[in-house]
Amino acid sequence: MSKYVLRRVLILIPVLLGISLVLFTILAMAPGDPFEELATNPNVPPEVRANLRAKFGLDDPIAVRYVRWFVSMMKGDWGFSFVSRVNVDDLILQRLPTTLFVLGSAQVLGILIALPIGTMSALRPYSWFDQIATTFAFIGFSLPTFFTGLVFILVFSIWLDWLPFIYRADISATGWRWYWEHVRQAIMPVAVLGLFQGATLTRFMRSAVLDVVRLDYVNTARAKGLSEKTTVVKHVVRNALIPVVTLLALQVPTVFGGAIITEQIFRVPGIGSLLITSILANDTPVVMAITFVISALVVISSLVADIVYGWLDPRISYR
Amino acid sequence: MDEKDLRNLIGDVKAGRLSRRAFVQTMIGLGLTAPMAGQMLTSAGVAHAQSKLAYKPTKRGGGGALKTLWWQGPTLLNPHFATGTKDQDGSRIFYEPLASWDPDGQLTPTLAAEIPTPQNGGVAKDGKSVTWKLKKGVVWHDGKPFTADDCVFTWEFVADPATASRNISTYKDIRVEKIDSHTIKVNFKKPTPFWADAFCGVGGMILPKHLFEAYKGDKSREAPTNLKPVGTGPYKFVDFKPGDIVRGELNPTYHLPNRPFFDTIEMKGGGDAVSAARAVIQTGEFDYAWNMQVEDEILKRLEQGGKGKSDIVSGGNIEHIQINFTDPNKDVDGERSSLKTTHPFLTDPAVRQALNLLVDRGGVQEQIYGRTGLATANFLNQPSRFQSKATKWEFSIDKANQILEAAGWKKGSDGIRAKDGKRLKVLYQTSINAPRQKTQAIVKQAAAKAGIDMELKSVTAAVFFSSDVANPDTYAHFYTDIQMFTTTMTQPDPELFMLQFTSWEVAAKDNKWQGRNITRWKNEEYDKLFRAAESELDPVKRAALFIKMNELVIQNVVVIPVVFRPRVAAVSNRMRVEQSGWDSDFWNLQNWYREG
Repeated sequence: MSKYVLRRVLILIPVLLGISLVLFTILAMAPGDPFEELATNPNVPPEVRANLRAKFGLDDPIAVRYVRWFVSMMKGDWGFSFVSRVNVDDLILQRLPTTLFVLGSAQVLGILIALPIGTMSALRPYSWFDQIATTFAFIGFSLPTFFTGLVFILVFSIWLDWLPFIYRADISATGWRWYWEHVRQAIMPVAVLGLFQGATLTRFMRSAVLDVVRLDYVNTARAKGLSEKTTVVKHVVRNALIPVVTLLALQVPTVFGGAIITEQIFRVPGIGSLLITSILANDTPVVMAITFVISALVVISSLVADIVYGWLDPRISYR
Repeated sequence: MDEKDLRNLIGDVKAGRLSRRAFVQTMIGLGLTAPMAGQMLTSAGVAHAQSKLAYKPTKRGGGGALKTLWWQGPTLLNPHFATGTKDQDGSRIFYEPLASWDPDGQLTPTLAAEIPTPQNGGVAKDGKSVTWKLKKGVVWHDGKPFTADDCVFTWEFVADPATASRNISTYKDIRVEKIDSHTIKVNFKKPTPFWADAFCGVGGMILPKHLFEAYKGDKSREAPTNLKPVGTGPYKFVDFKPGDIVRGELNPTYHLPNRPFFDTIEMKGGGDAVSAARAVIQTGEFDYAWNMQVEDEILKRLEQGGKGKSDIVSGGNIEHIQINFTDPNKDVDGERSSLKTTHPFLTDPAVRQALNLLVDRGGVQEQIYGRTGLATANFLNQPSRFQSKATKWEFSIDKANQILEAAGWKKGSDGIRAKDGKRLKVLYQTSINAPRQKTQAIVKQAAAKAGIDMELKSVTAAVFFSSDVANPDTYAHFYTDIQMFTTTMTQPDPELFMLQFTSWEVAAKDNKWQGRNITRWKNEEYDKLFRAAESELDPVKRAALFIKMNELVIQNVVVIPVVFRPRVAAVSNRMRVEQSGWDSDFWNLQNWYREG
């Protein structure tokens, strides 16, 4: 097992290297210029722009730039943003807590919805409860988050005027009010992401429980005279969770993708909105760092999924 | 209109027969900037009008929170490193220039004690220097006094090429010297008619010497103050997250009495223009939002029964069509649209005139831009006796047909006009942007009726406006017959703006397409006028030269102005603000207040 983990971790290195190379090349070759706004401003002489390009090493060949990026990355230097002239790691760290808060809450909400509803649906398949849950689940994961986000804003902010639709990481209130304001503004983005996640997970949970509940050992448990609650909670759900846990890990990229759009809609100052503004501003070092971090997260989470899967189900053998 | 007419007009303003505003509007119509018009009046001794925004609060503070929304958040807070207006606006909360431009293009003192004029001896007779008296008793947010040293330092800092500031062109050719603790003298190399550039407006914000001294040139990026500004402005810095939010609080030592009104200020970034308009006009969550690039129809709908309104002021942005004078289809020495070629049919004045008649500016304004884009030929009707026949716009398919017919362009069997085997087939490019594609369609339709076949092309903005030398689709390469975009005249003086039609500025392979003359139009008379304007010290004579240049450009149909795009902001109904098209949105922030 430890040998397997070690091998998987070692494979990570070339994979990440390859990813970084591809990302870097694509970004370097993409059209656009971080000093584009300077280019269209007749007040700025072209020498200033040329000077900036030279200063930030944009005129060197891609290979040279890649090696330079790689070496400084190894030293823990992520470079600095052309646009705000701040170190990239500072920028990302500033945004990370908000993203983690929103994404984490959404994930928890998703799980809280999916586990009970999925289980209930599977225990009584094709009952009215299952029908309704299935309908909602299909609606939930068919609607893209940018659409539900706009609908939420329309209903809760504009028609009902209950919730603010602009997220502010800095809230000046103190004490309970601070918490209340935070919860109030987080409701919509978290609900949009959480419901989407929940809808998908509900379907997974339902099929996982359906698979397990027909197995002989469940009948045995019931025959032993265990209460329905104990049977379901201790024997059915526990085993049904195995594939679901893996899926949770594998869904990390989808969650990030959805978060980027949701953050933009609600102006959540997270990594996703940073990525979008950086792309629009052609701020290559920031775009590079964020895309790299996200792809690293994806690769690592699939590794974690593999390992967890084996740990949960010892029948899986490692070679 | 010549110099004499201008003098008469100024005389009218002086005698009160013509309002200041009408004069400025006329000048804008003639292709000048409001600040230039203001300068003419000032030099003629016409008194400055008071700001229209009456400040009512009688004590400092107590106004609560001011919440503003920029759909692009500021990314840094050093005005001399700004990459866009968002950064200049964010910096302007904390930093101040010596003088700012009001909506009528008047220079109003901010950190200066008074505006230099020839009358008070501030502006030298030979045009080679200007002396500024600074306001006394102003302190930086950290308590240190503001003096002439800070101004001199700001010049040294920006003028250093190693600093790589975007404002370098304003500061690199001047020399600033300290006369005494509160007087500075700005020296120019040659007689400079437009002296109000350094230390004025968005490019003029003064940096504190004591905090930036250690970070000049190469090290400028590392200055901690780049992200934690210490200025003289009405609000003190609290917190900044790049691209997201800037927060400030009342500056208790601000140099104007009873100001500012608000206890805190917040500038939130991100999102899009439409939802920003919603947050101010419809739900009232925010008090002010910047740059409403929203269709007028949507704005009007939001305004109905809403909590705010849109505030529109004119600035210097013109959406225009450029005409290529060189052949975009012929390759000479590895470049197309080379100066060595001439365009097969666009060099024929008749074709250009016909095109000019085929752009339905009225339709474009009515159907697309509404209040946010006004039909223009660089001209206004007020007062009518100075209506210049040269710069009138008209939409007439019949006339276009007549002109083409008379010039010998005959319709072929497919309805497309041709002459000597050359067919009027025009490739028309612009950036991807819904109003632009709609405008293209309107023009194409009219052109078809006059026997000109237009092919439309749209390029992603990121490519179109990029400076990528290798990419043939940028606006500077101009590898099509005509193209359309908005040109911004941010700087108050039209000299740099008008540079784009001089023959030595032609964009070509040799200068990596960085030359500013994209149409590749060459005209000796224009060049001469421009050279004359560069050294003409009399503001009225100089204005007359610029008017003539503008007329040359319009008469020769080098460009076809489409709409004049004013600045649009969304403002809560209770807020009292004053916008200016010639300065930052926050130029008058110290006077902002809320009523009721």
